[in-house]
Amino acid sequence: MSQVPAELKYAKSHEWARVLPDGRIEIGITDHAQQALGDLVFVEVPEAGRVLDAGAACAVVESVKAASDVYAPIAGTVVEANAELAATPELINQDCYGRGWLIRVQPASPAALDALLTPEAYATVLASAEA
Amino acid sequence: MPFIPHTAADVQHMLQTIGAESIDALFDEIPESLRIQGLEGIPPGLSEMEIGRLMSERARLDGRPLCFLGAGAYEHHIPSAVWAITTRGEFYSAYTPYQAEASQGTLQLIHEYQTMITSLTGMEVSNASLYDGGSAVAEAALMAVRAHRKSRSLRLLIPSTVNPNYRRVVQSTAGNQGVHFETVPYLRHSGCIDPVALEGYAGQDLTALVIQQPNFFGQLEDIDRLTDWAHAQGMLVIAVVNPTSLAVLKPPGEWGTRGADICVGEGQPLGVPLSSGGPYFGFMTTRMEYVRSMPGRIVGRTVDLEGRPGYTLTLQAREQHIRRGKATSNICTNQGLLMTAATIYMTLVGPAGLARVAERCLARTATLVTKLGELKGVREAFAGSRFHEAVLLLERPVATVLRELEAQGILGGVDLAADYPELGPALLVCATETKTPEDLDRYVSALRDALEAA
Amino acid sequence: MNQTLEKSIFEYSQPGRGAVAQHPPGDEAAALEALPPALRRRTPPRLPEVSELDAVRHFTRLSQLNFSIDTNFYPLGSCTMKYNPKACNQYAMLPEFLARHPLAPDTQGQGFLVCMFELQEMLKDVTGMKAVSLNPMAGAHGEFAGVAMIRAYHRARGDLARNEIIVPEAAHGTNPATATMCGCVVKEIPVDAQGDVDLEALAKAVGPNTAGIMLTNPSTLGVFERKIEAVAKLVHGAGGLLYYDGANLNAILGKVRPGDMGFDVIHMNLHKTFSTPHGGGGPGAGAVGVSARLEPFLPVPVVGREGTAYRWLSEADRPQSIGRLSAFMGNAGVLLRAYVYMRMLGREGMSRVGEFATLNANYLMVRLREAGFDLAYPTRRASHEFIITLKRQARELNVTAMDVAKRLLDYGFHAPTTYFPLLVPECLLIEPTETESRETLDAFIEAMVAILSEAQTDAARLKGAPYTMPVRRLDDVRAAKQLELTWKPVNSAA
Repeated sequence: MSQVPAELKYAKSHEWARVLPDGRIEIGITDHAQQALGDLVFVEVPEAGRVLDAGAACAVVESVKAASDVYAPIAGTVVEANAELAATPELINQDCYGRGWLIRVQPASPAALDALLTPEAYATVLASAEA
Repeated sequence: MPFIPHTAADVQHMLQTIGAESIDALFDEIPESLRIQGLEGIPPGLSEMEIGRLMSERARLDGRPLCFLGAGAYEHHIPSAVWAITTRGEFYSAYTPYQAEASQGTLQLIHEYQTMITSLTGMEVSNASLYDGGSAVAEAALMAVRAHRKSRSLRLLIPSTVNPNYRRVVQSTAGNQGVHFETVPYLRHSGCIDPVALEGYAGQDLTALVIQQPNFFGQLEDIDRLTDWAHAQGMLVIAVVNPTSLAVLKPPGEWGTRGADICVGEGQPLGVPLSSGGPYFGFMTTRMEYVRSMPGRIVGRTVDLEGRPGYTLTLQAREQHIRRGKATSNICTNQGLLMTAATIYMTLVGPAGLARVAERCLARTATLVTKLGELKGVREAFAGSRFHEAVLLLERPVATVLRELEAQGILGGVDLAADYPELGPALLVCATETKTPEDLDRYVSALRDALEAA
Repeated sequence: MNQTLEKSIFEYSQPGRGAVAQHPPGDEAAALEALPPALRRRTPPRLPEVSELDAVRHFTRLSQLNFSIDTNFYPLGSCTMKYNPKACNQYAMLPEFLARHPLAPDTQGQGFLVCMFELQEMLKDVTGMKAVSLNPMAGAHGEFAGVAMIRAYHRARGDLARNEIIVPEAAHGTNPATATMCGCVVKEIPVDAQGDVDLEALAKAVGPNTAGIMLTNPSTLGVFERKIEAVAKLVHGAGGLLYYDGANLNAILGKVRPGDMGFDVIHMNLHKTFSTPHGGGGPGAGAVGVSARLEPFLPVPVVGREGTAYRWLSEADRPQSIGRLSAFMGNAGVLLRAYVYMRMLGREGMSRVGEFATLNANYLMVRLREAGFDLAYPTRRASHEFIITLKRQARELNVTAMDVAKRLLDYGFHAPTTYFPLLVPECLLIEPTETESRETLDAFIEAMVAILSEAQTDAARLKGAPYTMPVRRLDDVRAAKQLELTWKPVNSAA
């Protein structure tokens, strides 16, 4: 059973989003995703300044088994990408909701997260995926 | 039945175990209407003795004329050990090395190949090979589109001095993904890329410039200036090179200030026989920063559970990953046997031997061109330095001349009429280290006769 | 313990050493003076400097670290690891065939060309197709040609909207990649619990945007697509074409022809069905066959016959061709091997291929089921291959398909295909081929029985396999994170 923290919002494609105190949105991939991928060996993140549409492919996470696109759950501009992932992509396996964050984004609209799934709704998505 | 070992007793026992009446019953899920009774169009089977005789007769029919053809495939001496070892069952009938523990021979060999070809081309990393030189250029174009951080134009520059068949393959392969190739013309007097025409593209959003060295005419391009120009324009440089020439020519990793970005070529000259055009192999090397954009298999060194070093396929996740909005390749093979032969060849000739082969090719072609140029009705098409091929202009239709040479048991060269009609009657000739002074004299005398028969 | 079993060729190197007998005689270094100094290589490439004997020993020893068909049973599903007859190699490598330049005139190649023409004809006959091109150099390359031809066909008719390729969810990963390479979009449809394509889902998926469907039959699940005629009718009815992935042709060779099933284009894997060597990863050959309406689009060149003379037909003869996919005519040497193989088998021999491949697979399947393994499709006949699933053992004993595969190596058997198709969890896809004897199959069954028993009594030991190979299990994660893709001397800073 994978972890689904209660304070976050989610996308069906297994990304999570957290509102930071300064209004920026922090984004990563969920516990379910990191388990499915296995040990991560490489992460490709966008540069600061890149403008993202909601649902657009914005990063790539690569394990021995698979290379998967990460989709931006909201529209916005990339402010910062997690520089630690270059040397230690395994942070995503170890702490996907914490030190394994991928990017921080200035959202295009303040209500951006409203369209995302609640933890309960995401847990339902997982229940059918993990059946 | 050839290669099927079952006796009648075996068949009976197996059917009993399965619980089926007959072998035919095992096909009972297939609709009756689809089942055929036999393959009437196929002739009856032959014993090995019979097929051996038939093939020997056909080979004899083709014979072995004296060959002065190049244009992307080159006749070189192949040491006997190369194919004696390559056709060992353990290499020949092994599968792709997915189960690494059962394939350390193949995997280590690929790693050694990667090391050698990386050094030969002056780059940092190699894959385990691609289908052939032409498709390698296509793969390089797709790779450049994937790897270029900024360019979104999907436009590449390909000079007309790049092998015309390679350009066709590039179009057939990459054209379907919206990639456009602009042809850059050459200068009539040098047979090299026209720098003024190239300058016309300055300031545009272009993904890459392809440079073939030596070019299709055998001429040597000014690769330092071309590489620096392309980089200054924000383009990647794709080098297309001949591996034998790299024993004596500056490798792409050292072109210009930064070196080429992607290097490809036809590996056939390294221990692979001409064999009517295949199987060959394409090589691809690049800089470490682009390794994740490189198609094809790659072997890496690692350790096992006991800390012992071993080899395995790596970076495989890229192969099936479809990069939305960027270019895709579906390649999932390497030309294992040919790459094996090339590795053994490079080991046997070594750096000194490969240099000697290159030098001798240079010398033979230079001598041939000089002697042929002394004949009435023959002159060199281009000024400037070359490697082991040259374009000669004739005063008779090339096709006629070649037919007459063929009747003398000589394949005189490649007629450029179809691809470069602007040159008039033009012949691309090549003399490798396999040609003796007597061979050259024989050609000269036969060509003299063919020209005088006008 | 920091040495591989056979050291690197670079560790044999000594400056100044070389296989001198292989160097051209004489000294032509003066020829280099004609090269502009700026273009000359300054430092020699790092190639090994070894004696011929050291080279021969090294590569011979490397070969001995491999499994191969010549030494081991290799029941890899969908790979068709049948015996590669030595005659095929010997006659493809006759000196005159090897020496022939690709651009030599057709008049100096009638012996070679008649073999190519007859191969085209035989491949047409066994597949029931109207025309064949031998040009593509591998299976994936043939796939590319097939989808490109479908696309070209629709465009030639002005039907530009058709850019969707339908693919069953169990399909091989190259299929969607190929579709994308051809500028198409992939639409997946499900298969039902018996392994057949879901016809209802297919009916919903086809429409005016359908370019075609890519299928394998028998499917990647190892079973025959029983509703194929209905599938063909649905897709053709919607204006789409049918593409056949020939990976599993060995199951039906001599019994069923793809052309008769309604397929418009097929690619064949000559390195599977027609026994050309796998070579440690190539070269293959992916000849394509087409129905009449796709013939104009075949990749060039193709061999034609005029009277008793054979010649290459190229762009000028085939203006609607999808073009040239290789610099020359394709993998000629591989094609010659396939030709010799087909001539040795002949009509009787080829009819037996499908029969005995299917007999061997069904025998293995029944015996493994009796030994306690779970079949993925227990109500179906095996085609030339079948799937067992270790889902139960994974749940109850924590023993996976990977563990079983690795332990088989200790018994001298190469593992079957693992984790493909993705649809079946913890699966092994097993294909014995027709060239294996009953004794070999029985020995394999015994090994599997022993491994199953070990799973129950000593799972920990099983999970550490293999033990008797040149290496134990390798660290894939480290291989991908700490990329070491070229040899480095032990004391180098890199």
